[in-house]
Amino acid sequence: MWNVAFSELRKLRRPTLFFGTMGAVVFFSALFSSLLFLLIDSPDGNSDRGRVVGRDVLGLATGGVQGFSSVGGFLGIIALCVFAAQTAQEYTYGTLRNILVRQPGRMRVLAGKFIAMKLFALVMIILSGIISVTASILLAPRAKVSTDLWFGADGRHALLTTFINIIISVIGFGTIGMVLGLLLRSPISAISFGVLWLLIVENLLIAVKNSLQDWMPGAQLAAIASGGKPRGMTTGIEYSHALLVGGIYVAVGAVVASFLFVRRDVSN
Amino acid sequence: MSKTAISVSNLSKKYGERMAVSHATFEVPLGTICGFVGPNGSGKTTTMRMLLGLITPTGGSGEILGESIKHPEKYLPRVGAMIEGPAFYPALSGKENLNYLAILGGFSTNRVQGLLEQVGLGDRAKSKYKTYSFGMKQRLGIAAALLPDPKLLMLDEPTNGLDPEGIQEVRTLLRALANEGTSVFVSSHLLSELELISDYLVMLRKGEVVFTGKMSDLMLDQQPVIIAKGAHDGELETLLAIAQAAGHRAMIRGGAVHVEGPARWALDLNRAAFEAGITLSQLTPQLPNLEETFFEMTGEK
Ligand SMILES: Nc1ncnc2c1ncn2[C@@H]1O[C@H](COP(=O)(O)OP(=O)(O)OP(=O)(O)O)[C@@H](O)[C@H]1O
Ligand SMILES: [Mg+2]
Repeated sequence: MWNVAFSELRKLRRPTLFFGTMGAVVFFSALFSSLLFLLIDSPDGNSDRGRVVGRDVLGLATGGVQGFSSVGGFLGIIALCVFAAQTAQEYTYGTLRNILVRQPGRMRVLAGKFIAMKLFALVMIILSGIISVTASILLAPRAKVSTDLWFGADGRHALLTTFINIIISVIGFGTIGMVLGLLLRSPISAISFGVLWLLIVENLLIAVKNSLQDWMPGAQLAAIASGGKPRGMTTGIEYSHALLVGGIYVAVGAVVASFLFVRRDVSN
Repeated sequence: MSKTAISVSNLSKKYGERMAVSHATFEVPLGTICGFVGPNGSGKTTTMRMLLGLITPTGGSGEILGESIKHPEKYLPRVGAMIEGPAFYPALSGKENLNYLAILGGFSTNRVQGLLEQVGLGDRAKSKYKTYSFGMKQRLGIAAALLPDPKLLMLDEPTNGLDPEGIQEVRTLLRALANEGTSVFVSSHLLSELELISDYLVMLRKGEVVFTGKMSDLMLDQQPVIIAKGAHDGELETLLAIAQAAGHRAMIRGGAVHVEGPARWALDLNRAAFEAGITLSQLTPQLPNLEETFFEMTGEK
């Protein structure tokens, strides 16, 4: 398992993949967090989907990680793409047969790959956290947002919980990516299916019938990243509900995909 | 310690209604080069995949280096393989690809550069795999199969795409490995590719083993053939009937009748044809020819 993880990391540290992904993470983390402060007076809103996050909210202890938290869903989608591509390409390149000859324990192969990708996701999240929190601290004075509470004990607590929630959410998205990669065995289909579903299909379904929000996998994982219901809002998904339903989706997907991976013939 | 590198019994793989491999039974002794020949689609790759634990047989059993193929983890650390052509990550260099596999298998990466040199890729080790020519990719595949310093080497059509020099190098390499005690199981759809280097042969036809044994036995096994043809069309059937009535195996191929039998039987055939009112326009005894036999054994009947 560790051999698989170590060897997998060598693939993930490939410059184009590593710096490409991390570059996107830096860019979007900086963008999301900056807009929050730069557009604070904009009538079109300063947060995702035109929401307005005012000075009162940003001035809370959680204000410093507001940007980090809003970029969480985006990190999830990146993780989904990376996990899906890295898994499915073993089929399209035919490299799975080499892997299984060198490591016939198929569960170990999956576990090792999963560990390596979790590390990759962790680097991504830490980087995003550093960038978005730094951007927030730098831009808050200009936007006349008080940062006093950010540096208190509550602020540190908010940073920690946001960090943990984003990890859970991103790993959930990544696992779904890996499941899609294993099931569809093609990076393009796995990524397009995953991204289309998360960005379009779920939103359409929710727009048609609002109560579906509580049962869509992507919505649950996104709710985990943002820590449940946005503060002061009555609509939204409860954190514990999101954790439970999202967890069930991820667990069922993982069990089905691993079962198939272990049993299925490898004839690519 | 078992005496066979590979031993399979009634090994079968069924895809839907089609038997890709049907009741294959054969043994490959340790330390030999065993050719595995059969035309396209005869089941060579499928058999090798079953031996490597990549696909599950639908019937039968097998042992590799004395361990059941149900537990590939027990023998794969001692086996090197290249199945159905090379497969690597295009964005990694040849060297990085091999390092990856070495770490995965728990082998030292120290051997990697040496292996690349051994297959003639020493100076291109750092180029990305996607920039390699077809033959270079094939060579990298062979290098990867050598990573574990294998007791058994399984190569599926390794000379595919290699230039004559490359083919010669592979032959020399396989012979050298066999001399050091490695067992080699190598497939090809051409017997001529393997007849020079194989000690042993397993021949497949439509998923069935049609010959297994020493190369020298195959030569002995071979019947001389008499090729005969009448002056007129439509006489082939009669000639065929005459030969078969006399107890010889015969068939019509390429506008002539091929009769298995010693050259002297040509006289009898000539006489019988004459009595049937046929004037022969051709009567040629032919010595055994491996490629011919292969064709006969593996071709359509
Ligand atoms: N995954 C699969 N699903 C269905 N049929 C398959 C599959 N893999 C192989 N077959 C069938 O099994 C038979 C044997 O195929 P195999 O690839 O083993 O032949 P081969 O001897 O390696 O041929 P070649 O010389 O062309 O490489 C073929 O009829 C093929 O169509
Ligand atoms: Mg084949």
